[in-house]
Amino acid sequence: MRQHYIETVTGLPIPIADWFAARGWAPRRHQLEMVAAARAGRHALLVAPTGAGKTLAGFLSTLADLADDPRDGLHTIYVSPLKALATDVQRNLLTPVAEIGLDIRVETRTGDTPSDRKKRQRERPPQILLTTPESLALLISYPDAATMLAGVQTVIVDEIHAFATTKRGDQLALALSRLQAIAPAMRRVGLSATIADPEAYQGWLAPDADAAAVALVTGDPGADPVVEILVIEDRIPWAGHNGRWAARAVMRRLEAAKLAIVFVNTRAVAELVFRDLWAENDQALPIGIHHGSLSVEARRKVEAAMSNGKLRAIVATASLDLGIDWGDVDLVIQMGAPKGSSRLLQRTGRANHRMDEASHAIIVPGNRFEYLESLAAQDAVREHELDQDQFRPGGIDVLAQHIVGCAAAEPFDADELCAEVRSAAPYAGLTRARFDATISFVATGGYSLRAYDRYQRLKQNKDGRWRLSHPRLALQHRLNSGTIVEAVTMNVVYGRGGGRGGGRRFGQVEEWFGGQLRVGDSFMFAGQTLEVTGFDGPDIFVRLGRGDPRVPTYVGGRMPLSTNLAARVRGLFNAPERWAEMPADVHEWLAIQQLRSRLPGLDDLLVETFERDGRHFMVAYGFAGRNAHQTLGMLLTQRMEAAGLQPLGFVGSDYVVAVWSLRPVTDPRPLFSPDVFEEELADWMAASPFLRRAFREVAIIGGLIDRALPGQFKTGKQMSVSSDLIYDVLRRHEPDHLLLSAAWSDARSKLTDIARLGALLDLAQANMVHVTLDRVSPLAVPVLLEVGRERVAGAADSALLIEADALAAEAMRLD
Amino acid sequence: MSVSLSFAGETLVPLACGGLHWPAQQALLVADLHFEKGSAFARRGRFLPPHDSADTLACLIDALELTGATRVFCLGDSFHDAGGPARLPDRPRAALRLLTQSLDWLWITGNHDDDAAAVLGGRVMVEARIGALTLRHEAVPGAPEPELSGHFHPKVAVHIRGRRIVRRCFAVSATKMILPAYGAFTGGLLVDDPAIGAALGGPALAFVAEGDRLLRFPVPMGRIAAE
Repeated sequence: MRQHYIETVTGLPIPIADWFAARGWAPRRHQLEMVAAARAGRHALLVAPTGAGKTLAGFLSTLADLADDPRDGLHTIYVSPLKALATDVQRNLLTPVAEIGLDIRVETRTGDTPSDRKKRQRERPPQILLTTPESLALLISYPDAATMLAGVQTVIVDEIHAFATTKRGDQLALALSRLQAIAPAMRRVGLSATIADPEAYQGWLAPDADAAAVALVTGDPGADPVVEILVIEDRIPWAGHNGRWAARAVMRRLEAAKLAIVFVNTRAVAELVFRDLWAENDQALPIGIHHGSLSVEARRKVEAAMSNGKLRAIVATASLDLGIDWGDVDLVIQMGAPKGSSRLLQRTGRANHRMDEASHAIIVPGNRFEYLESLAAQDAVREHELDQDQFRPGGIDVLAQHIVGCAAAEPFDADELCAEVRSAAPYAGLTRARFDATISFVATGGYSLRAYDRYQRLKQNKDGRWRLSHPRLALQHRLNSGTIVEAVTMNVVYGRGGGRGGGRRFGQVEEWFGGQLRVGDSFMFAGQTLEVTGFDGPDIFVRLGRGDPRVPTYVGGRMPLSTNLAARVRGLFNAPERWAEMPADVHEWLAIQQLRSRLPGLDDLLVETFERDGRHFMVAYGFAGRNAHQTLGMLLTQRMEAAGLQPLGFVGSDYVVAVWSLRPVTDPRPLFSPDVFEEELADWMAASPFLRRAFREVAIIGGLIDRALPGQFKTGKQMSVSSDLIYDVLRRHEPDHLLLSAAWSDARSKLTDIARLGALLDLAQANMVHVTLDRVSPLAVPVLLEVGRERVAGAADSALLIEADALAAEAMRLD
Repeated sequence: MSVSLSFAGETLVPLACGGLHWPAQQALLVADLHFEKGSAFARRGRFLPPHDSADTLACLIDALELTGATRVFCLGDSFHDAGGPARLPDRPRAALRLLTQSLDWLWITGNHDDDAAAVLGGRVMVEARIGALTLRHEAVPGAPEPELSGHFHPKVAVHIRGRRIVRRCFAVSATKMILPAYGAFTGGLLVDDPAIGAALGGPALAFVAEGDRLLRFPVPMGRIAAE
């Protein structure tokens, strides 16, 4: 009777219900709804704030099922974006499993798992396997994996919002489609932080993108976070991005907190902010630093220090963004504007993992535009408005990799595989012709000459099924698979070089930075000033140094302002009633702008032109994000060149683009014309480093060239082929090649924000407000202060080389 | 017209394509053609574009037309591997045969291809003495005689205004000149790499032919290997 009663109320078996009761807990509504969805055999997406017991909610139905019917065999696969997260969940899952007294084996399988254990897992699988998309993709490439996977009941995708819009998401979606074919009864479960558009994620998770097949379970909202904007003496600086001016005030806040995370937007800024804070750290509080360039060991050490309570604050980048509960964080500080409300909310969620207590975040705006952006983010968080995620079609390079993986497991039928691939949401729109072209690319490179038919990697059996032509290719695939392509880097090694393993690895810097260091140079890394003592192949040997260091610059890492916050910033310009709550100098800045020029409207493009020091400036307030503005700057200068206006340079920020020239722009509208924009852009992109970078990525993911494996660097023999050289040859001879088109679509969506730029050009035609001024306007000051600090884009390499030669010649002249 | 430099008393003209024109000998020198590198990778399952030999050869023919050279000295590693000549597609094969028949053509043997190119015509030597200069594939450190060689694929990286620009270069010391790799798929080794430093044996300059100019960059001595 008691059993019946409990099961009706909670849907949970007695041992689990008793466990909750013994801990003095009641299962939460969304946890029970997840169990109910499982009982009904439905896929499910759980959207809940941090601290809502999401992980347990995901696993509860598995535990219930295995409690009711204990059995061997792989039951549930859990996929996490981070290796470390899988380790963390193992801890959080093992505790309830042990306390409930369930006989369930839980194991991890990641890139760090030794190969003998992986083999053992395929022979005698645990009931619950914790893994990453990369390891899952590798798992399904083994011929014996189907036996292990055939009985899988549930796959749980944690932090689904971190996957769905990326190539890792493409890879995972393809792996899920394969898993579903192997285990047709498998249920898909997604766990997500709060997201703007759950239905889009339901569609992403579902087989055949059928959102209706996925039950949506929503957790109760947590307490609203408290978001504060740091203002000192009623002033905000004119320029800057990182809030470094406020280091002293930030330090005082850190002293008052138990454990704080100081989030910054790039790795280079992390180093600078760390140094600034240290300079103000009178009490010598233990402060750590955490970013993606540090070695794994260094990061794990900091994480451990954090959860053991040995740190009081940590300066971190997005590498700490995902939901790991490392310690009792009670304060989050965001240095510089957050760029998006979802990101701010997620970072804020790091403070205080108990959902019924408010988490506390402080934004430190870097300049006045960023102050408005911070205010906009504060409003958005208060109103629960989140950023929309940009879903995009799956990458052809990832598909090529998947096809090799499938062939490595067993021969496949092209019709069946095509249908299976299309059941993955990112590939729902894949045409058969493109699928066939991808097979042809995998088989022989996809060249018009068919020169490599005799070396083909895929061969057709008599029954028409495709198989790998040589077992060696499966090994090659496993060594090179994955969708994360790192920039070429050099290792920072502490201590004496020479013999193998001589020093301790600190982490990596990008090769273009490392390559310009000389012995005796100092640079900031891992929060310390390091001095270069020598080089050996890919290794830079360092010791502790002093003096005025350089800071490594990292390509990318800056995320553009979200459209949602951009609209809100425009709203603040047009809401004078809000100005009173702003610091006095921001208020005054806006008021004088209104007097002297115009304020940007809700839906227009304000363009100011004025002269200063013999240069003619044009400033356009597009609010389309830095990527779109920088592309626009390129486009404008190109068109001004053609119009004989003699442009000298441009700079783009998240809010505006400024162009300057020797002759004045009198009629800006034609410069912003959307006509032939695509062609001009194509010409420029083809010659730019963007497309080359994108090509390198698709060439590695698509299996055209090998990843640089550790140890290859030093041989000095040219083992790998530079993707740039291949790119040049392909463009000349095979302009329609599959990988070139893949690189194009990547570059367009990721690097230049074409859609936002297109919308901006249309806006310029429909609603441009041009103001001619006799001098610089208040709103234009921040971007003009950036002039000269940005690298000059567009200048031809040849011209720069010749200039470098001339500079050297001048410096060396003896007269 | 391109700019010349003086090396061991000879007037030599580095070309933008990576070749070296020696007007007094009516000769064009090229190093590390690495013909059929694409198909060498294809055999191992990496399908690089199959156009590298045709591209490399087209550049070579352009350089011959530009300079009017009647002699061609290839400084080794002309094929990416010994099986390369057999894989060479018909059209570049015919073109190459025509060239070796109509010009004074010398293949220096390399570590990749040895004498494999011999089947395509032309003479084959391990090293050659032309005028005052010795031609070989890999520089012999400490050898006193002025020498032209290849093997190392030198390239130079120039940092300017936040950009890093990398170009193939001619690495030149008092008695050694190392030519850049000529092949379409040949990468390079930075000219300040210790391996090249040891081969050059002394202070050196990196020359880059850019359009009709000859740019020169000091080879930094700072990047020495750690003790």
